[in-house]
Amino acid sequence: MTEGDTSYLRAFLKARSGLHLGPEKGYLLQIRLAPILRDAGLASLAALAGTLRSGRDPDLAAQVVAAMTTNETSFFRDRAPFEALQRSILPRLVEARAASRRLRIWSAAASTGQEAYSVAMILAEMAPALEGWTVDIVATDISAEVVARAKAGRYSQFEVQRGLPIRLLLTHFEQGPDGWVISPELRRAVDFRVQNLLDPLERLGQFDVVFCRNLLIYLDAETKRRVLAAVGGRLARGGFLCLGSTETVLGISHAWEQDAEAPSFFQPRSAIPQPYVASYAQTV
Amino acid sequence: MKHCLVVDDSAVIRKVARRIMESMSLQVSEAEDGQQALAACRTRMPDAVLLDWNMPVMDGYEFLQELRRLPGGETPKVVFCTTENDVAHIARAMHAGADEYVMKPFDKEIIAVKLQEVGIV
Repeated sequence: MTEGDTSYLRAFLKARSGLHLGPEKGYLLQIRLAPILRDAGLASLAALAGTLRSGRDPDLAAQVVAAMTTNETSFFRDRAPFEALQRSILPRLVEARAASRRLRIWSAAASTGQEAYSVAMILAEMAPALEGWTVDIVATDISAEVVARAKAGRYSQFEVQRGLPIRLLLTHFEQGPDGWVISPELRRAVDFRVQNLLDPLERLGQFDVVFCRNLLIYLDAETKRRVLAAVGGRLARGGFLCLGSTETVLGISHAWEQDAEAPSFFQPRSAIPQPYVASYAQTV
Repeated sequence: MKHCLVVDDSAVIRKVARRIMESMSLQVSEAEDGQQALAACRTRMPDAVLLDWNMPVMDGYEFLQELRRLPGGETPKVVFCTTENDVAHIARAMHAGADEYVMKPFDKEIIAVKLQEVGIV
């Protein structure tokens, strides 16, 4: 494969998904795209680059983006943000939204759904406090295949043990022949959709909490700013953005303030230079 | 330093569990069956027990019931770690007073998460 083909594939991934693949990570192309080459009957990455350049096969392009996207996730990943959501963020929002009795939560890079279902489990535990409320959980991912997996709600024994307290496994899962399946109630509670965060996001409406965890780390500085602004633009007034444990807005944007009680959560400062809408009532 | 008792009739499992938990700065002792484990608990009550289900002499379920009857036996956090992976066994263990449940096979991350869940690490 020529340097030109490698550069093309890296530029293609950045344009389609925002993924920043530095020259030192070129080996990932070989590893992750090998199954696609085999299935498509292509002899090499050079042949793949040629097919992508021609624009003849949009499905292949989507498969390449999906294959290069990291889908590492687990139930209640890192614990602390979910404890903070339950103990601090949601009680504050329940008070702040008492008039509208509506909450909207978005898992923006949902992968196979564990984050969104974790939120759904927390909300199920808070059901008495939310009686009569309308609660929406929207979960999006760039990959249609991954979204289909998330919707199915089927997880291996290994996956359910990574972070899920056994009490919640017994409450919200059924055991199947090949693993564990989320209860129909929780599957109905989450609206999974395919969404590229670089595309317009307005149709998603506004949210009170947005989880955008462990995505920014894969993006270059310019794309981080763009995604942060676009995702932030979906927050309703008084809403919270949750980032991954190793992520920060420092050096990316001055428009955010870290929450004093819940360090994974950020709120926009008063003047966010974005299509920030005062209330989701305007768009929902 | 918190003390964890590993109860399993497999020397390999005990060795793997010991390594994992020592890497988390836990003090680890071992027992090969429920009866040995009960004797160990009478001498020194651990902070946590990582407990197999099927063992000779006294199985994990019987051990748990006996443990909870001992003076101070309500204190240790008990995490089952077993190949009995069906809902009925899990529910039975939790009803008998287990705090968490690991389905074998396991790895370090799973053990760490479960011990975190019960407040040991």
